[in-house]
Amino acid sequence: MAFASDSDDEQALDFPGGMVSYTSEMRFISESQEKRIPCYRVLDDNGEIINGSDLEPGTSVSKEVAVKMYNDMVTLQMMDNIFYEAQRQGRISFYLTSMGEEAISIASAAALSTEDYILPQYREPGVLLWRGFTIQEFANQLFGNKADYGKGRQMPIHYGSNKLNYITISSPIATQLPQAVGVAYSLKMDKKDACVVTYTGDGGTSEGDFHAALNFAAVTDAPVVFICRNNGWAISTNVSEQFRSDGVVVKGQAYGVRSIRVDGNDALAVYSAIHSARKMAISEQRPVLVEALTYRVGHHSTSDDSTNYCKAIQAAEKTEKPPVSDLFSDVYDVPPSNLREQENQLRETINKYPQDYPSDVPV
Amino acid sequence: MATATTFITRGRRVVSSVSRRRFSSSCQNAIQQQQEEKSQPGGGKSLNLYSAINQALHIALETDSRAYVFGEDVSFGGVFRCTTGLADRFGKSRVFNTPLCEQGIVGFGIGLAAMGNRAIAEIQFADYIFPAFDQIVNEAAKFRYRSGNQFNCGGCLLILFIELDEISCDSAGLTIRAPYGAVGHGGHYHSQSPEAFFCHVPGIKVSFFLRELVVIPRSPRQAKGLLLSCIRDPNPVVFFEPKWLYRLSVEEVPEDDYMLPLSEAEVIREGSDITLVGWGAQLSIMEQACIDAEKDGISCELIDLKTLIPWDKETVEVSVKKTGRLLISHEAPVTGGFGAEIAASILDRCFLRVITSCRLLLCLFLSMKKSSLERMLVQPSNHGVPHQRE
Repeated sequence: MAFASDSDDEQALDFPGGMVSYTSEMRFISESQEKRIPCYRVLDDNGEIINGSDLEPGTSVSKEVAVKMYNDMVTLQMMDNIFYEAQRQGRISFYLTSMGEEAISIASAAALSTEDYILPQYREPGVLLWRGFTIQEFANQLFGNKADYGKGRQMPIHYGSNKLNYITISSPIATQLPQAVGVAYSLKMDKKDACVVTYTGDGGTSEGDFHAALNFAAVTDAPVVFICRNNGWAISTNVSEQFRSDGVVVKGQAYGVRSIRVDGNDALAVYSAIHSARKMAISEQRPVLVEALTYRVGHHSTSDDSTNYCKAIQAAEKTEKPPVSDLFSDVYDVPPSNLREQENQLRETINKYPQDYPSDVPV
Repeated sequence: MATATTFITRGRRVVSSVSRRRFSSSCQNAIQQQQEEKSQPGGGKSLNLYSAINQALHIALETDSRAYVFGEDVSFGGVFRCTTGLADRFGKSRVFNTPLCEQGIVGFGIGLAAMGNRAIAEIQFADYIFPAFDQIVNEAAKFRYRSGNQFNCGGCLLILFIELDEISCDSAGLTIRAPYGAVGHGGHYHSQSPEAFFCHVPGIKVSFFLRELVVIPRSPRQAKGLLLSCIRDPNPVVFFEPKWLYRLSVEEVPEDDYMLPLSEAEVIREGSDITLVGWGAQLSIMEQACIDAEKDGISCELIDLKTLIPWDKETVEVSVKKTGRLLISHEAPVTGGFGAEIAASILDRCFLRVITSCRLLLCLFLSMKKSSLERMLVQPSNHGVPHQRE
């Protein structure tokens, strides 16, 4: 530049959206912060409350609520086990578990009022459970029977309940997010003491609807809480192939949306964060983004197999297979004669037709 | 005009609105009114099409405190001036700009409508509706069906009509307005007619409640009455406005609140030799073609379809059974166009009555709108129009 000025840094540009100061230093904003955004938690690794943890002031979880949270999380896991097996038995066509993510749906539901609207994705049956949806009601939907509120039209797990303010799930990813902003705007106009809570996964944040929703929510000052369950995987795609940002929480600021990262496996932290988020959403009439880090213990759904992308399993697969003899051992304390006979037959057959048997199994 | 007066004077919202917004009766009233208007031409101010739309939006916001108008640049009046004055009159919380994001606009509208509001969304050009395609096709159109009618975004709130102790239907819903069609200088991205895409939503015939309407008006008076019907219809509606006619088309438009029935075609010119079917701006071209053909002794019956889904097959069928010939013309591309749907349906219904095969006279390219139709209409053909003009 041909012109020099000492006072340039003191000048500012009056630009729509606020004053922008000038700088003579050419500096690009870094693509990432030095340290990743920390994850808020209340419980330590052993499940004990961390001394001095910032459980939202004035928020105490009563024993009754705490027991119900625990009870519902256990119920959800039991329910998942049973329905998952039912699918494996071919009794229902599809199922999707919440395993590992129970705390997010149960604890967030506990922190809300039943007047708050829920626009779920598909891994939040815990909210329904918390609000009183019965196991029978779940089963009715899964089996698509006459008592299903959805009249048996959708695939299993597409629950919905108007009496519980839980808007029916649709399969397309993230489409519920901009809709949640519209619902929230209606609550705002009606001056309701309620907000909207909508859920998505880490994969859902790549959809245009996610960005549309955050931007619309910010611009319309809509009382909506976005909860992103970041479990690190979208079916088989790792977050490293999904985005290069520090997860999801940092995306909020770019849209002017207040955000927090929380340990999704810490029920008290989720409760506390959502309780605060709800209060801000309603009293300040603004959207809030909550990224809950969690871990998907189960498969994405019955249509995939998580063994293929679980690092621990991959490592295990590289270890040598057990020998053929292990097939017959430990069935009893000592293999009985019939098993010994069968073992001999198997060895003879393998010797005769080795090409038809796995070469990596020691004979 | 007693009905119309009732629409404008409003008392307590819930109870009084019921008597006005019971859709079936309102439709009948509208039909009666339409007939009255026909017998009393000149009842109203001379308005162009965008002003008629603007008047309809004023009435929609005036008559329902739960009505909202939003979209890109609607606050200052919209790029076609259809929303002029609305924000000043009804406030920025009911008439507002949205970010430049069509999927956001429609998604937001679905949520708003699902809460019992009348969400009136504007997509600035029909050419830009495609980012919202998923929200329209997978969400709006299936919102009610997939929930077993627990939720909807073009709804029917049951409201107790206290005074008469009867239950009536107060419809809320989503209306998506979008200017469509060629004006002569818009190029590829300000000229398209995408209606056929929305007529092909799977499952649309499964349930009455699932219908997604596609409505296209041909004139200011039509536009106003049809738009008010769309806004008050208990289903999501896509309302395409012929931007070519925004300023060009001028006629007397009643100032009152009136509605024109959806899914009812209108015979706008009676004839005996051939049936012509069209919608929107194309009708003005077809009307001219009818006049030209008449000079050559060809009597044309011209039908404005108005609503494409669900469309009025009966009116077209009756006409084709009379004339024995059918010609369909639309601005949208020929392949997979809605004209083919009409031709197939009518051939199916009138197979033994159709003297010759159907003709689809369609635009092959944007700028060919006028010339293509005229050329094709007068072109010799084996089976089409009964006589050649030249």
